[in-house]
Amino acid sequence: MKWRPSELRVRKLGMIYSYPMGVWLLVFFVIPLAIIFLYSFLTRDIYGTVKYPFTLSAYQAMFSKSYGVVLFRTIWITVLSTVLCLLLSLPAGYAMARSKNQTFLLFLVMVPFWTNSIIRIFAWITLLSSEGILSHMLQGLGLLDQGMDLMYNNGAVVLVLVYMYIPYSILPLFTTIDKFDFSLLDAARDLGATKFQAIVKVLLPNIKSGISTALIFTAIPIFGAYTVPQLVGGKESTMLGNIIVEQVQKARNLPLASAFSVVLCLASTFGVLWMLKDAGSSKTKSSLSQQAKVEANVKLSHQGDSNERA
Amino acid sequence: MNTFPVAASHITRAFGDFKALDDVSVTINAGEFFSLLGPSGCGKTTLLRIIAGFDYPDSGSLTFDGKDILDLPPEKRHVNTIFQTYALFPHLSVYDNIAFALKLKKRSKEEIDEKVWRFVRMVQLEDHVFKKPSQLSGGQKQRVAIARALINEPNVLLLDEPLSALDAKLRQNLLVELDKIHDQVGITFIYVTHDQSEALSVSDHIAVMNKGKVLQIGTPYEIYEAPATEFVAKFIGETNYYPATVVSFESYKDEYLVKALVPELGGEVLVTDFEPQEPGKEVAYTVRPEKVHIATELHTKADRLINSYSGVVEEPVYSGFQSKYFVKLDNGSTVKVLKQHENYMDDGPDIEWKDHVYVSWSAEDGFLIKEMGQ
Repeated sequence: MKWRPSELRVRKLGMIYSYPMGVWLLVFFVIPLAIIFLYSFLTRDIYGTVKYPFTLSAYQAMFSKSYGVVLFRTIWITVLSTVLCLLLSLPAGYAMARSKNQTFLLFLVMVPFWTNSIIRIFAWITLLSSEGILSHMLQGLGLLDQGMDLMYNNGAVVLVLVYMYIPYSILPLFTTIDKFDFSLLDAARDLGATKFQAIVKVLLPNIKSGISTALIFTAIPIFGAYTVPQLVGGKESTMLGNIIVEQVQKARNLPLASAFSVVLCLASTFGVLWMLKDAGSSKTKSSLSQQAKVEANVKLSHQGDSNERA
Repeated sequence: MNTFPVAASHITRAFGDFKALDDVSVTINAGEFFSLLGPSGCGKTTLLRIIAGFDYPDSGSLTFDGKDILDLPPEKRHVNTIFQTYALFPHLSVYDNIAFALKLKKRSKEEIDEKVWRFVRMVQLEDHVFKKPSQLSGGQKQRVAIARALINEPNVLLLDEPLSALDAKLRQNLLVELDKIHDQVGITFIYVTHDQSEALSVSDHIAVMNKGKVLQIGTPYEIYEAPATEFVAKFIGETNYYPATVVSFESYKDEYLVKALVPELGGEVLVTDFEPQEPGKEVAYTVRPEKVHIATELHTKADRLINSYSGVVEEPVYSGFQSKYFVKLDNGSTVKVLKQHENYMDDGPDIEWKDHVYVSWSAEDGFLIKEMGQ
């Protein structure tokens, strides 16, 4: 007799394989998250730690005008950088998927990861500062006043954020476009679509999953970014991440830092859920009216060519 | 529906050093079922893509109804394609796939609905209209592709190996159906295939291609019975193929009777030809296996027009309605023979392995091939 593992057994084994990962996540992700959640409802004490009683004061403290401005700024910087990442990486991913040198191009996308992100940000500082190459060039062309910086503004923050996170957008887009059947574009052209219509009506709907992944992979880290605004941003570039760091390191207000973290976390989670829900709802549901149409037409064709079908 | 003739002349297309099409000229009549037949890599798909507008030739011209259309983009040519892998849009339902072209043309909702259902009924997919392509079988996908292409009312329909992904039985049924649809819509079909039996059974004309060249254009009958080149003879069906030298010729009925020396058959054979053949010319002598008579006794009608040889059955291959025999002649050459099985009384005694047999065929059944090497 042939030995066949029962379905139950296979399922149980599958669960066991996932345990190490589960334990890892529990210890290093779920528990710390729970601690942050707990801290956000506690009161700070004078030594920079926390004490009872439970209170909502941390959350109340968030509703001040200065924090509101930061929240608003964080949102628009995130949206702008994410959209720029997507717009730049769509053509890049498409070109990579159609290229014969895929491995080499993938390698180029990965190369920046070999260097520490802080060092890469400093590289940008040398480019953008008043003594940097870019500033010198622009000054030479008369486009920039002497001694002016390209840095310490929100434009620089968006620029460096896009630079930092664009690989996370290119990679998922490349993998989905690579799986895309390009003969579908020929088919669309064949049926009367222009190049642009073929892209919008056929390519984009079919790489939806890659687009959502790219959006999630870029929007979430950008939403919580703090090194980039810290290093290349100006006084008016503070983002939520900077406030959290400030509250932990300088103000030693752990409950407030935790409350901000919880809000950041929840906002990201809802963002992801909303995007996943959107991707899942595209399935066709057979409605009653569709059913009626099918029946009517089946009848029609039976009348028409019943003898031919037999 | 309107249709028009398609003419490609002197088309050349190279990919690097590889010449996909080498000075190809074909003329396709309005409304006919025309096949481009050849092995993979022969350039047939490249030619189809040029006609569809997905590829551009290095030189040559392409006309629809006498008008040069090489500079028109695919969406402006009144041509639609059925792709080898169907290329159905996976994110759209069957209905939306079929309606795609009409929606691009911004037709009214009622008109789209009416037309889509008409074509859905034509390809008998009423029960699957709101399914996604991933929920369909291969044959159903094929029907969606047909409806999606035809709803656009093209003047010419291009079919790129549309049946190659289906199993043999389904292929036969869909082929008959395609032929029926061709009669129904009356437009030109240009059909690309590597399957000679598909091409033979439905085409009005066939162009046989190899290595970027068109070797012969003709009706299925001409291609099979009078192959112009060595490649055509060997690619279409099966054949016995021997190098030969013309010895002499004489008039015979309204043709010519050629005497040719065939070393592999151990001497001279007689064969009819439409044209006188110059003595000393190097040719090839070929005879189709089904035209060879096989029996345990010498053919009773044996005369000078019948070529007869004796030999031993090396390998019989039985396949139900017919058998194939590899007969080793006394001089060591092999002749392939196909014998159709009949009813018991007419079939004669069974021919078995190692039986001593006579194979014979008439001068009219042989054929001389004048172009060798391609």
